[in-house]
Amino acid sequence: MREKIIEIRKLWFKYENTFVLKDINLDIYKGETIAILGENGAGKTTLIKHFNGLLKPTSGYVKVFGKDIRESSVAELARKVGMVFQNPDHQLFAETVWEEVAFALKNFGYSKKIIEKRVKWALEIMGLTQYSNNSPFSLSDGERKRLSIASILCYDPDIIVFDEPTVGQDFYQKERLAEILKLLATRGKTIIVVTHDIEFIVGRFNRIIVISKGKIIADGLASKILTNIELLRKANLYPPQLIYANYLFNEKKNISYIETPREFVKMILRRVYEPKSL
Amino acid sequence: MMQIFLKNVSFWYGDSDKLVLKNINLKIDKGEFVLITGPSGCGKTTLCRILNGLIPNFYSGKLIGEINILGYDVRKTPTYVLAKNVGMVFQNPENQLFLSSVERELAFGLENLGMHPNEIRKKIYFISKIMGLESILEKAPYELSGGQQQKVAIASMLVMEPKILILDEPTSNLDPISTLNLIKLISDLNRKLDITIIVVEHRLELISPIVSRVILMKNGRIVLDGDPRKIFVEKKAEALGIGIPKVVEIYKELCKENIRLSRVPLSPKELVDEIRRIVYERKDN
Repeated sequence: MREKIIEIRKLWFKYENTFVLKDINLDIYKGETIAILGENGAGKTTLIKHFNGLLKPTSGYVKVFGKDIRESSVAELARKVGMVFQNPDHQLFAETVWEEVAFALKNFGYSKKIIEKRVKWALEIMGLTQYSNNSPFSLSDGERKRLSIASILCYDPDIIVFDEPTVGQDFYQKERLAEILKLLATRGKTIIVVTHDIEFIVGRFNRIIVISKGKIIADGLASKILTNIELLRKANLYPPQLIYANYLFNEKKNISYIETPREFVKMILRRVYEPKSL
Repeated sequence: MMQIFLKNVSFWYGDSDKLVLKNINLKIDKGEFVLITGPSGCGKTTLCRILNGLIPNFYSGKLIGEINILGYDVRKTPTYVLAKNVGMVFQNPENQLFLSSVERELAFGLENLGMHPNEIRKKIYFISKIMGLESILEKAPYELSGGQQQKVAIASMLVMEPKILILDEPTSNLDPISTLNLIKLISDLNRKLDITIIVVEHRLELISPIVSRVILMKNGRIVLDGDPRKIFVEKKAEALGIGIPKVVEIYKELCKENIRLSRVPLSPKELVDEIRRIVYERKDN
C-alpha cells in the first residue's frame, strides 16, 4: 500500500481578513512527483508553506508523516520537508558556497565526516564544485538557484518542494533541473513543484493539482488535466503548445495527451496521409 | 530612424579581465520589437545595461567601441537623461520597487522630473487603467503578488513615456494568461505609441509570434540576428540550446517527412492553419 505522507483536511487559511486558502483537501503519497499549477496569487505558495510548518492553518489540519504540523517545530519539519524558494537570495547568506551547503547539516548536528561527504555530493550533483570557495553572491542567477537546491539536497529530506524552480532559468538549466527531479524521484523522494511554466510540465509530471482563487479546482493525471483547455483557462493557464495545436487541429474535441513534437507529427501522418483517409 | 547604434562594442566588468561583451555590432530602428535570447551568462543583461546607460554610469568597467543611443553616447550622458528616454524593467521587480504605495511608485520618476502634480495624476490614471492597476494603487508593493509587482514595475516606466522600453525577463513571474496580456500590452505600446521594445526572454513560446526580430547571443557575442521564422530553424539556433518553440520543432519534424509548410509557424494556430492548407490542397488534387 502507498504510504500517505501529507494529509490535508478542510484547510482554511486567512491573511489579515481574506481567506487565501479555502477548504483544501489533499493527500500526497510517498514517491509522487506532483506539479501544483495556478494563477498569480492563487494561493500556491501559501499552501506549500503549510507543508513545513512555516504557516499554520486558520482552521482544519495538515499532517506530515501522520503528525499535525501544529505539534511539530519548524526545525523538525524542515528535516523532512526541504523547501527551495523562488528567489534564492532569500535563502543564501553564508560566506562561501561550501559553507552555505554545510549550514543546515551543522544545524542538524551531523558529524564533520558526514557533512564533508554530503556537501561534496550535493555540490557535485548541482555542478557547483568549482565554486566551493566563492561567495554565493558572486554566482550567476542560475548558479545561485542551483546552490539553493544543493543546500536542501545535502540533508536528504523525504519531501522536496520547489517554488517556481524554472523562473529565470535557460533551456539547458531547465533540462538539468528536470534531470535532477528525475534522479530524486528514482531515489524515492516525493517531489512537489509549484509552477506556471506549463511547457516544463509536459511529460515530466504524472499528477497535477490546479489551484484557483484559493481552491483546488482539479487534481488528477497530467494527461487529463493538461488536455482540459477550459479548466486551464479558469486558472489563467495557457495550454502547452503541443496540446493546444492538437486541440485546434482536432477541432476542439477528443484531444489526446501529446508529449513530443514527434508524436504530433505521427498523429498528422496517420490522420492525413494514410491511404484510407484520402 | 535609427535609435540604437553600437559598433565594435566590448565590455569588461570592474577590474575583471573577462570579456562579457565581444565586438557587438547592432542597429535598432524606431518602432522595432526585438527579442534577445541566449543561454544564461551570454551577455544579454549586460547589453541592456549599456543601452540605458547603467553601464558605465552605475556598473563600472572598461567599455570600448562606438555607442549612440538616441543621439547620446552613454559614456558622456548623465543617467537621468537616458532614464527619461530608455525605460528598463528588471527581472526581479522587488529590486525596483521601494516606496510605500503603488501610486507613489508610479509618481516617483515624474516627480523627479519636476512635473506638476495634476499632470502626474493624469498620467498615473491613464497608465493604471491600461494596466489594470486601479484597484491596487493604495497598496504597498510588498503586499502584491510577483505578477502584480511586475506590472507595477512596467507601469512605473510607462508613465515616463520612454522612446525605448527594455524588459529583462518581464514575464518570468507571471502566469501564462497574465503573460499573454502583458505581451499584448507591450505589443500595443509598440504599434500604437511607436515605442521601440527590447525584450530579453528565455521562454519563447508566447512572445515569438509578435516580435519583428530575434537576436541570439552566446558567450558575449551576437550569433544570429533576424526574422524569428528564419532564426529558429537555423542549425546554429538548435546548437545554442535556446529551447525553440515546440511548433517550430514540429515544423522541422514535418520537413523530415517531406511535408513542407509554406512558412515557419510561430504559434499553434499558425501551425494548424498551415497544415490544413496542405490537407485541402491534397484533396483538391
